[in-house]
Parts: sequence; C-alpha cells; structure tokens
Amino acid sequence: MVPLLEMRGIVRTFGAVRANDGIDLDVAAGRIVGLLGENGSGKSTLMKLLFGMLPPDSGTIIFKGRELSGHRPAEAMLAGLAMIHQHFMLIEAMSVVDNVMLGWPAAGKLLRRAAVANQIRGASARFGLDLDPDAKVANLPLGRRQRVEILKAILRGADLLILDEPTSNLAPAEVAGLLTILRRLREEGRGIVFITHKLPEVLDVCDEVVVLRAGRVAGRAPVAGVSRAALAEMMVGRDTTHAHSPDPRPPGAVRLAVRGLRGPGLAGVEFDLHAGEILGVAGVDGNGQIELADTLAGLRRGEGSIVLNGQEIARASVAARMQAGLAYLPADRAQTSLVRAMTIAENFGLRDHAGFLLHPAARTAHAKELMTAYDVRAPGPQTVAARLSGGNAQKIVVGRELDRAPSVVIAHQAAWGLDPGATRFVLDRVVDLRNRGAAVLYISSELEEVLAIGDRVAVLSGGRFAGILSRDKIDLGQIGLWMAGQA
Amino acid sequence: MMDFLAAAIRIATPLLLAALGGILSERAGVFAVGLEGMMLAGAFAAAVTAWAADNFAAGILASIAGGALVGVMVAIVTVRMRADNMVTGLAVNILVAGLTSFLARSAGQGGRPASIHLTPLAAWPIPGLSDLPILGPLLFDHPPLTYLAIVACVLMTLFLGRTQIGLTLRATGENPEAVFASGGNPKLVRMLAVIACGGIAGLGGAVLTLQQVGTFTDNMTGGRGYLALASLIVGRWTPVGAAAACLVFGAADAFGLRMQTFGLPASSYVLQMAPYLIALLVLASLGRATRLPASIGRPLD
Repeated sequence: MVPLLEMRGIVRTFGAVRANDGIDLDVAAGRIVGLLGENGSGKSTLMKLLFGMLPPDSGTIIFKGRELSGHRPAEAMLAGLAMIHQHFMLIEAMSVVDNVMLGWPAAGKLLRRAAVANQIRGASARFGLDLDPDAKVANLPLGRRQRVEILKAILRGADLLILDEPTSNLAPAEVAGLLTILRRLREEGRGIVFITHKLPEVLDVCDEVVVLRAGRVAGRAPVAGVSRAALAEMMVGRDTTHAHSPDPRPPGAVRLAVRGLRGPGLAGVEFDLHAGEILGVAGVDGNGQIELADTLAGLRRGEGSIVLNGQEIARASVAARMQAGLAYLPADRAQTSLVRAMTIAENFGLRDHAGFLLHPAARTAHAKELMTAYDVRAPGPQTVAARLSGGNAQKIVVGRELDRAPSVVIAHQAAWGLDPGATRFVLDRVVDLRNRGAAVLYISSELEEVLAIGDRVAVLSGGRFAGILSRDKIDLGQIGLWMAGQA
Repeated sequence: MMDFLAAAIRIATPLLLAALGGILSERAGVFAVGLEGMMLAGAFAAAVTAWAADNFAAGILASIAGGALVGVMVAIVTVRMRADNMVTGLAVNILVAGLTSFLARSAGQGGRPASIHLTPLAAWPIPGLSDLPILGPLLFDHPPLTYLAIVACVLMTLFLGRTQIGLTLRATGENPEAVFASGGNPKLVRMLAVIACGGIAGLGGAVLTLQQVGTFTDNMTGGRGYLALASLIVGRWTPVGAAAACLVFGAADAFGLRMQTFGLPASSYVLQMAPYLIALLVLASLGRATRLPASIGRPLD
C-alpha cells in the first residue's frame, strides 16, 4: 500500500525539551490511525509540524509523494491536509455557509453563496452531517459545530484529516455520530489521524495505533489483536486500567445527608453519604450534575435539607460550609476553581483566610511542599497558573482542597480531559482520602470512572437519583436504563 | 421640509464617511477611537493641498493620504505593538490636533495660521434625476463628496457581505485564530483595515474643509469623529445602519441651525449639543443590546 503520508525522523525542540525526538509516522489512504499519548507526549507538536504551524528542526514530511517543507497552513490545506482543532476554528456569529466560504478560494473572490449552500446540502446528505447552511454556528450544539469543521475539510477535498481530541467536548450520542462519519470518510479512501487519549475510541474506530511517549514512538500496532491494557501500558509505561478500585470496607457514620433537594435542574435529590465511602454519581451530562454539585457547595441556592456532620447547612455560606469540613472540586476549572492570571503559590493560598496580611515567604514554601506532594510539574511556585497544562492545573485544585483533610468532598468531573497518568493521580488522591475516613461524592459523566472508584453508584437522571447500587450488586443493564431515563 | 432633510444629508456626509471607515476597523477587531484624529488629518491635508495646488481633486487625494497616514500610525501601535486600542486612539487624536494646529501656523506667517480661502464645492445636480419631485432635491442635488459617501455606503455593504476579503475581514474581528487556521493573515488584515479606515475617515475630513467651510481652523472636527463612532455602534456595525444613525444626528444638527435662524432664545452652544445629547440617549437605550465583534480590542500574538 502506498502511504498517503510519510513522516520520517521528525525532531522538534523547545529550549531543552525534545518535544518530538525522531518520530516516524505513516498513514495510508482509507485508514484511520490513532495517535495516542499522554498530555505532553508530543502529539500536538507533531501535528502542528505536519500542518505547517511550526517548522521542524529536522526530518522529512512526504504527502502524496511530494515533500512538504517550510510550508504554512495555507499550503498544507492546498496540498490536501485538513486539521480539526480541539477548539473549533469557527466564527460563532456567522452562518455555516459563511464559515465554509471563509478562506476557501473555490467560493470565489465575489462569494457564490447560493452555490456553496447547495454544495453543503449535498455533502451533508452524503455523509449524514445533518447541517443547515443558513444556521448560525452560535446556535449549534458542539457536536454539530464539529461537523461544520469536518464539512469544511470534505468540501476542500482534504485527503488527510487530522482530528485533535475530537471527542473531548462531545456527549456520548454525538461521539457515536462522529465515529460513523469517520468510517464513511474512510470508505471514500481518505486518511485520518485521530488524536486521543481515550482507549475505547481507539479500539472502536481505528485501524492501527501509534503510541507516543516523551516525544518518541513507544509502540505501534494494528488495532485488531491489541488489548486495552497493552495500549495503556505503552502510553504511560505502566498498567493503569486496574489502578483505582478501592478495597471494600464497611461504611462509617453518615457525614452528609441530603433530603428533597430541589431547584432549577434539581427535582428532589436524596441520599446519605457515609464516612469512608465514595458515592459515584453517573449520568448523562445535563441531568442536574452542575446544579447538584454547586448547590451542595453553596454556589447556588436550592430548597431542601443538607446536613453536614449533623449540622444543617442548606442556608449556610460557602465559607461556613468550608469551615464545616466540605471541599469542592468543580468541573469548571478555568472559571471557578483557579485564578488563571495568578501564580501557583497564590492559587494554593486562595483558601487561607486566616489573618489579614499575606505571608509571601511562608506561602511560597507551603506551595513548594504541595507541588511536590501533588506532583505539580512547573518551573516553580511563581509560575502563572494559565501556563500550566490541564493536568497540572487540576493537581493544584486537588492539592488545595484535599490537603486540608476535609471530611466531605464534592468532586465534579475531577479527571475530565486529563491524560491517564494525571487521571490516575487524581483518583488515587481521592481514594486515599476515603481510606482515611472522608466521604466523597464523585460526579462524572465517564461511567467507567464512576464504576471503578465508587463504593456505591448512583445515577442522576432528570434532576434526581434514579437509583443507587452498591459495588457488589452493579448491574450495567439497570444503570444503562436509568441513564436513558427509564426508571 | 425637503430643504431640511437635504441639509441633514449634507451634514451627515462627513459623519457617514468616518463611520464607514470605522466599520472596517472595528469589524476587523480594532476599536476606531482614532476616527477624530483621522478626520482632522484629512481635513487639514485636503485644505492645504487644495489651496497650494489650487486643485480640489489633489485636495481629496491628500485627505485620503493624510487620514491613511494616521491609520498607519494606529495600525503599527495597536496591531504590531499590541498596544491598548482606546489609549492609542485617544493619544492619536490629541497628537493630530496639536500637529495640525502647529503645521497650519508653520504654513502661515508671523505665528498666525495660514489663511486658506477656498470656494466650497458646489452642488452638482444630476441632470434629469434632480428634477424628480421629492427625490430630486433630496438625493440628486448634492455636492460631489455627498454622492461619494452614498456610493461608498452601498459599496461597503457589498464588500462586507459579498466578497471573500470582506468575509475574511469580518471573521478577523470575530475569531482571528480561525482566519489563521483557514490560511489567512489576521494581523495583515487588521493593519490594512485600520489604514483603509484612516483613508476613508480622512475623506470625511475633506468634506468639512472642501465642501462645507472652505478653510481649515484648529480642531475643526469638534467631536465629529466621536459622533461617527457612536453612529457605527448605534448602526450595529453595518453601513446602512450607520448611515441611518448619521442621518438622525445630521437632522438634529440641522434642526439646531434652523432654530437659530428662527431666533430661538437659546444659546447656539446649547443647540450644538443636540446631536451629542441624542447620541447619548440612543446609546443608553440600546444598553447591552449591541453585540461587539467578539475579538475587538484583543491583540494578536
């Protein structure tokens, strides 16, 4: 088979870091190649080099038999490459057809809007994209926006599509739709590079997989006949799949008792959370997860009763709840849990309200300890939080919240978007805390994570718990029905 | 009544040209606070050149060049040096006010401004059309730069909506990263948009000197750049919307003038405040209902 793309001996350094250290990558027409790796393993750098967003230090790129070097994105696109970024490159205020025409020479210097709209309808029907050319992008859900990006690539005649973590922002049904579209593109003979750190998707849709670790190829294999555990091990250099199942232990006293919790998005949540227990909360996003987490933490008000360690806190302030032993890991890291413009030390110190004056030296020393304890990889405590990767940013939040030894932890999407190494680290810390007697409410849309970590598993559906099962009585069929809203 | 509306259109002309320029700049993502300075530079260049060369066409070209020069300055400082749009615009406005006053004196003698006297451009009635009832005196009996402003408004609408460059320009103000990813050069788009803004606003300045007053006086724009800025916001960054807003402000101004001739016992200064007062009221009533281009004022890496 003649490869569509051959990358040979690609090297790119940033200062002392060898982000790509001699990588070879082949993609054949009509094949989907999974590019796996933890954050910082060099996946994104490799793709930026391919797409001409960065120049490589050395190495060759041959695409469709022609060498690409010193190219810019515009030339890469003309050659037949398309990149679908994790953060979509769309103009939200504009329509689908405007977005498709932007920068597309075939749309004409004087725009042929009607003709392009027809082409969109045609391609949309052929690939099952279900896109209306006149719809405004801002009104489309994320899955649809991604299809606009795919549509752009298709219409521009891209032979090779690069998808950067395409499923990270999608709901499960949207993921299934995306994979169907990718299979159809494969049938047409287009090549696809699928960047991800989610193993199930790789096994589901890819033909072969290339695993990167620390800037080098750690392994490559056809997907048929490779196991999940083997892939995970290639990725992090250790087996992660069975890492965080906690040992069974009898639950302790009730730490958090919630009765009849109602409000916008909540329709009567009730549960008891015991000391030394993790209650995993599964469910499809948008069934009251944010509302439940924020209401328990005091960021929004609801009706009903919340008893924390015997004390009614439903009307208490956030500060009073913290004082009473509650800790919160919110889903929205960029907005709620970190001040991105401040340093690591300042972010660690955000919870320390004792005293009027700050003590910078003590704070820096404390931040150093926490950075070591919680494995925050950054140049130092004075590094600005915005410069950190998602995993390291979340480790700051985890360190700040869990180091105070809270008695009850509300965690929402605590490992969302993190690579397997960081995910394992966060989950291990949560389990540690539970082993030391804390009660944890672990809310996540990743069912697998909830099943792995929960002593009991509840399913949130339509703003209430459809049911709760204990670890030894897990029935996936029942959980699936609850998640689908059939109680 | 027709006279009054025709006067409103003539008064709105410099505002409209400046607002059209401002639309280019803002839709590409750079706040057009410097409109005032661009207009003033254009007004000065037009008057001096037309007077020295004894040629109106040369004056008009010079006004475009003068405004564009201010545009180059703003483009370099805000786009290349990534400086704050607001502060840069204000600084440029003050700089140009001082510079034109200084240059006017350098061209004159004994520290007095050069005495420039031009016969303002007269109306060019369009044969046939100007005799139409109602529409004739309203639309087809104006001086040349007013026609130019109306044509520019139509062309700008087509440019923004129907051309690839126009689409790229609008996209640059919304999401410059997307423009880059689609093979464009958002920095270049912004620089060119700001320079073009300067040229068109400069033309607006030429209307004041060549078509309305016939001379240059210190700071003669007197806030019209800011009024143009308000017009394009009220007009939601569309040429036609801005034209409508400019007409309202022009009508307010014409109304004030008319009141004076009727001997209304009010200070002319109070009457001159009318358009600005209306601008404030309209802006306040719009409140947050206006939607800025999403990436306006955000510097590019």
